Amino acid sequence: MKLTVNDKELQINSDEDTPLLWVLRDELNMVGTKFGCGIAQCGACTVHLEGRAIRSCVMPVSAVAGKQIQTIEGQADEKGLSPVQRAWLETDVAQCGYCQSGQIMAASALLSENPNPTDAEIDTAMAGNICRCGTYPRIRKAVHLAARWMTEEQSA
Amino acid sequence: MSEATSSSGLNRRQFVRAGGAFLFAAQCPITFSRKAHAAVGGSMMNSFVRIDPSNVITLLANNSEFGNGAYTVMSMMLAEELDVDYRSIVLEAAPTTPEYYSPLFREYLTAGSVTTGSTFMPMRTAGAKARAMLLEAASRDWQVPTDELVTHGGQVTHAGSGRSSTYGELLETIHRLDIQPPETVTLKDPSEFAVLGKPARRYEGAGKVDGTAQFGIDIKLPGMLYGAIARPPVHGGSVVDFDATDALTMPGVVKAKAIRAGVVVLADSYWRAQKARAKLKINWDRGANDGVSSEQFYRDYREMAETPGMLAEDIGDALSALEQADEVLESVYEMPLLAHATLEPMNCIAQVEGATCTIWSGTQYQSNDQEVISRFLGIPQENVTIHRPLMGGSFGRRSSKTADYTVEAVEAAKGESVPVQIIWSREEDIRSGHYRPLFVHKLRGSVDSSGMPEAWHQVVVGQSLMQGTKHDPNYMVRGMDIYSLDGCLQEPFGVFPYGTSYAIPHHRVESHNAPKIGIVPQEWRSVGHTHTGIAYECFLDELAVKGGVDPLELRLQLTKDHARMNRVLKVLREKCEWDKPLALGRGRGVASRVYSISPIAQAVEITVAENGDFTVDRVVCVVDCGFAVNPLGIEGQVEGGVAYGLGGVAFGNIDIVDGEVQQSNFHDYPVMRLPQMPKFEIHILPSDEPPTGVGEQATAPIAPAVANALFNATGRRVRRFPLSSQGFNLV
Repeated sequence: MKLTVNDKELQINSDEDTPLLWVLRDELNMVGTKFGCGIAQCGACTVHLEGRAIRSCVMPVSAVAGKQIQTIEGQADEKGLSPVQRAWLETDVAQCGYCQSGQIMAASALLSENPNPTDAEIDTAMAGNICRCGTYPRIRKAVHLAARWMTEEQSA
Repeated sequence: MSEATSSSGLNRRQFVRAGGAFLFAAQCPITFSRKAHAAVGGSMMNSFVRIDPSNVITLLANNSEFGNGAYTVMSMMLAEELDVDYRSIVLEAAPTTPEYYSPLFREYLTAGSVTTGSTFMPMRTAGAKARAMLLEAASRDWQVPTDELVTHGGQVTHAGSGRSSTYGELLETIHRLDIQPPETVTLKDPSEFAVLGKPARRYEGAGKVDGTAQFGIDIKLPGMLYGAIARPPVHGGSVVDFDATDALTMPGVVKAKAIRAGVVVLADSYWRAQKARAKLKINWDRGANDGVSSEQFYRDYREMAETPGMLAEDIGDALSALEQADEVLESVYEMPLLAHATLEPMNCIAQVEGATCTIWSGTQYQSNDQEVISRFLGIPQENVTIHRPLMGGSFGRRSSKTADYTVEAVEAAKGESVPVQIIWSREEDIRSGHYRPLFVHKLRGSVDSSGMPEAWHQVVVGQSLMQGTKHDPNYMVRGMDIYSLDGCLQEPFGVFPYGTSYAIPHHRVESHNAPKIGIVPQEWRSVGHTHTGIAYECFLDELAVKGGVDPLELRLQLTKDHARMNRVLKVLREKCEWDKPLALGRGRGVASRVYSISPIAQAVEITVAENGDFTVDRVVCVVDCGFAVNPLGIEGQVEGGVAYGLGGVAFGNIDIVDGEVQQSNFHDYPVMRLPQMPKFEIHILPSDEPPTGVGEQATAPIAPAVANALFNATGRRVRRFPLSSQGFNLV
């Protein structure tokens, strides 16, 4: 099977029914994507499939062969961290940090569809991502900040 | 063994930068010596500080990082006195040796919201003493007076001569002149602080936005096998026999074996191990807890609460006062078992080689893990090496006194020639974990002619955390667990140097230890206050209503002799606009708590719909944590504490029926999500008192404050928790 992860085509040998999460983590050693619940309830495993946020813990790898997958490891580019990542740092969102890869992937998918979300729209889009440390107020702030930066950078 | 051996759990990139030489010390216990001695990769200036010739400054951190901000505050404290950027300091896990035990716990333990308070002087002193040696070196080498020298950015400078050296360059002089650490040193006056007291972003924040932060679950070792454990359906159950024929035919599966925790399947990937586990056929002995239920616990505990308990406190004469009172209010509060549900499930890697054992484990409690493992393997404690990754939350779960998730990995790895990683599924975490014990509180009270509380009689029933453990001598007082009672007593008790801050003239508290039944009780963020806070603050609210006294005014009156809490409440009253009327269907509630010295109070505003759905619209929190070392970190801890406590009181419930935990994952053990998070305001009071904790404090008042607000809005008093079990759903 071949997978395209962060614009790189990779040959993989995992069993076909293996969830994408465990292929990323155990075969490709891309451990930024996290395991939290295994049943698409917590969002720690959020990655992008063709630009949309999905839960990789319930996605059999055979179903995504040949499609574009982006993970937290692909957020930054040659210019550096993505605006969402920078906003997360600026706002000092993370506490334990375990959920934040998933939060950042969910936020960046949201902002690519909705460049200027309201609080309510952020709440709805991010409701599937649990943070046990309760960094939610800063997540809201950071999404707004990222939205502002992305708009500014586009118009610049 | 590449990155895993290097793990003090920081960003993997930082280790590349730090270089291999530094890592050696983490594996080689450093013996304390007042004489600065050359270590591999640099010179130990004292137990905590190492400087290398290229001017890399390493802090040997003896507190763990699980979101609490320990690494940030410790590096800030050192940086302040050493005049360097806190972000330039390299952190390394201090070895698990007595030299690095917490001066408070006398163990290697990060707990109790005491990291900031207990490291404030040691870290600063370590920095100041190292700086003094560098100054002495420069002064003697350059033949200039010390007071003409300036330290900044890791350099010593002499303006007059224009000379300047990095700290690293001065090491040679220190060794050549045999400069010793000073006996005493003067620390900076707070007015000189450049780092402490200023908002500082998380030390290890960068790795937490690019996916490179290394948690225990992320560590890969060559040849490592993954283990999944099938656990008994009932706590305390055990394996009679099992058939692994089908499991062993599955690809990648290496072995299945019975261990004390259940049956472990070892495979070449976690997914394969999990899949094979489902194919095991196991004959379980359900053990002594078969048939137990939460409802039975409630019934038994309520019965115990009707009988006299051990007497913890007896101020005035509460029993007579209640006998003579015109009217006595009586209530029973019931709090369920709660799981911690850290987002990173429990996991541990273990490797056993001859008489040595190495583990890679996210843990709050290194010395205990070491002790339990050495006992299990029959090897000396110093033969157990612990590598420290970051932790994806803990909230008390990773301070396991039984070292459950650690020693089972050792058991699984014993007899294997490779390291074994055990990872818990969420279902195991919810069903087979350790819990905040179930508690029942019975309260009786009366008010005086002015409506103020006059007599208070509380009987507390629940499983003790400490009874029968090695902590028994320190935390049991005349048979009573001080954690069961923390937050109920007006006077200091045992090693806790604080009371509730309230002064009720007749105050009696009794305690029953419920039987130990093999469902392991464990500290849950804010520990005793998770139940005492609800019982105490809600019943106080009941008395306020009874006496016709405003509940915030009542607390102001009760704390007249407790200056710090009184100030907190005064600020709260103003900031939360307490006296501003609310619309119909809305309500306000207040609660105030002292946990581990820091007074904290919260006022909440809620809106309740006809069907019981409610929103928490606003939380105003005022805290006095002494000198605020990192205001940005404090704000985060307090927000997080509110979220944790609010989720717990709203829907946290582990329910046992016929011996089996009914919940299994986040769909039936819901936790706080973003849309439910209230608007939040924090006011940190300026203070010159020594710093005290905030990590757990905010979890304590939010639960009763919300329950009190629900009463305020609806007239319905909840006495069985969570709120969702009583028709109130947080949305």
